[in-house]
Amino acid sequence: MSQLSNRQTWLTLLKRDLRIAARRRSDALNPLLFLLMVVTLFPLGIGPGPDILARIAPGIIWVAALLASLLGLERLFRDDFQDGTLEQLCLLPQPLAFTVTAKMMAHWLLSGLPLVILSPVLALLLSLPLQGWWALALTLFLGTPALSALGAIGAALTLQVQRGSSLVSLILIPLFIPLLIFATAAVENASMGLAVHGQLAILAAISVLTVTLAPLAVAAGIRMSVN
Amino acid sequence: MWRWLHPYAKPEATYNLLQKLLPWFVALTLVTLITGVIWGLAFAPGDYQQGDSYRIIFLHVPAAIFSMGAYMGMAIMGGIALIWQIKTAEWAIPAIAPVGAALTVVALLTGAIWGKPMWGTWWVWDARLTSELILLFLYVGVMALYFAFDDARTGAKAAAILSLVGVINLPIIHFSVEWWNTLHQGATITKFERPSIAASMLIPLLICLAGFAFLTVSLVMMRLKNEILRHELHRPWAQQRLEQD
Amino acid sequence: MTQVVSTNSPLLHAERLSSIRGGRVLFENLDFSVSAGQLWQVSGPNGAGKSSLLRILTGLLEPSNGVVFFDGNPLNQNWSEYCQQLLFIGHKAAIKGELSALENFHWQQQLSSVQNVDAWDLLEKLGLLGLEDELTTRLSAGQQRRVALTRLWATQASLWILDEPFTALDVQGIALLQQRFVEHLDAGGTIIFTSHQSLTLSGLMPEKLSLEYRGEVL
Repeated sequence: MSQLSNRQTWLTLLKRDLRIAARRRSDALNPLLFLLMVVTLFPLGIGPGPDILARIAPGIIWVAALLASLLGLERLFRDDFQDGTLEQLCLLPQPLAFTVTAKMMAHWLLSGLPLVILSPVLALLLSLPLQGWWALALTLFLGTPALSALGAIGAALTLQVQRGSSLVSLILIPLFIPLLIFATAAVENASMGLAVHGQLAILAAISVLTVTLAPLAVAAGIRMSVN
Repeated sequence: MWRWLHPYAKPEATYNLLQKLLPWFVALTLVTLITGVIWGLAFAPGDYQQGDSYRIIFLHVPAAIFSMGAYMGMAIMGGIALIWQIKTAEWAIPAIAPVGAALTVVALLTGAIWGKPMWGTWWVWDARLTSELILLFLYVGVMALYFAFDDARTGAKAAAILSLVGVINLPIIHFSVEWWNTLHQGATITKFERPSIAASMLIPLLICLAGFAFLTVSLVMMRLKNEILRHELHRPWAQQRLEQD
Repeated sequence: MTQVVSTNSPLLHAERLSSIRGGRVLFENLDFSVSAGQLWQVSGPNGAGKSSLLRILTGLLEPSNGVVFFDGNPLNQNWSEYCQQLLFIGHKAAIKGELSALENFHWQQQLSSVQNVDAWDLLEKLGLLGLEDELTTRLSAGQQRRVALTRLWATQASLWILDEPFTALDVQGIALLQQRFVEHLDAGGTIIFTSHQSLTLSGLMPEKLSLEYRGEVL
């Protein structure tokens, strides 16, 4: 019997998720537009002075990014849950904790990576100095995998809950706090021309830890929801 | 360990054990808490800097410590519930969470009351107070998740997973808040930090700590007893117990 | 002696299975053995627990009590092996509305790693030719069922567990599925399926397991 290799299974699952997302572009696009609009609100709310904006830009962008990442989370597993795909994932010979990483990867490619690409525009809107731009992009690049991983835990745990989106926010926001602290500090330091290696290393460490451990919690959550 | 624990996987056995131990714990709580609080509030010497207002540490510090301890206990129960599928451990989660949340609220309130004379304001973004606030959010999340499910077993499993995720995150959150605080507060030294504490203050504080420990355990035991009865109500032994009491 | 035991030992064996859902007992102390090559029909009215029983047999649902053995071991002890032998089409058939019939088939074919099936032949046989590029949301219930059933022609699994496979199919579809059942059984495969109506399958003699609706509330 020719057993499908782990890598092939993983890629098959990833490709399928990306193809489905391509058929429903608004799902990936809406959180980005939301983020752009929230960032636009701040200059309107507190005045367009570049000094103040540049001072609070890291915080605004990261808080807005955290909120935007919560928006699409509810649907991460919900459609698959409702049409029975999750049951089939549970019944694959590969461990569920492994197969869900394909879904987490798809989610990151559709929500985290676009944020990194969008970050120069956000930096521009909030008059972030040039040194801050790349730091912002780097923090988003290093931090968003952890957002996707933690988000997947929240989504998996609330699958059986009707209208669980506010509950997802409630359980995830406290877990996002360390990312916010180190990411904004890195961007602030970079804007002032200080070293940022330390913060970036911690961000990367948090992401590695989260991405390694989260699949176990996600798999347990999915098993519990399918039961 | 498994052989030792196994009989207590049976709800009835746990209930009987709790029934036997509870009076002792309540007695210990009363003795230590009353001694500690009276000693601390009335007889311990005043602080040369803070006067009498420091006395709130006899409530604040134990509440803060056991608010974290309760979370740890909840996560351990969550792990047991997930690995060995023991129902009693599942019920321990809703038994512990509100007690822990209440301790967190006590720690926050006493912190605010302490902050008023010290800093002239009810709230400052002190590292420990901020950590405590985030801990409260974590408790709120676990409780909200538990009560969001129609089926109590599913709710308990979800809450168990979340409490384990939380307990891994707790040190990271604590460290990051600590670091954030030193970053933004600059040179001002927080008043909570005391290099040393005189023995005349330390002894009542230790007694208060023991008192809060017994209090926490007693409250959890009472709640766990209720949870067990509530879930086992359809079984004969539970109905017998209800009639006896 | 050992050989006799191995040929007689059941493929799937349920011991004292009980299921309690939402405070209602669906079934209690159910014992049965399914041997390789057998066809089993689980019947019973709505709410009798047919789907729950199938989901327990797949390991997706934990029984309130009892154990399911596969090849003599509890399910969770050779889970990966079991998953390789098992094909489950549930009440929810894992068909993606955003994908076309052909894409749905290809995806399932890739995951089951069966290469030697001609997709066009199969689509023609199932009356889906000409619809292969339609998104499956736009297909009728019966056509969607047929898309889900394409899996039966592209699988290496020996044990099929099918929840209401005949639902929404027309006469021709039922005949096709029956024919596929016969092929699979002839090849030594095993099938467990549910049906709420008493379906008579021409040429097939299923072992019957009927569940009753029990109103008891705990």
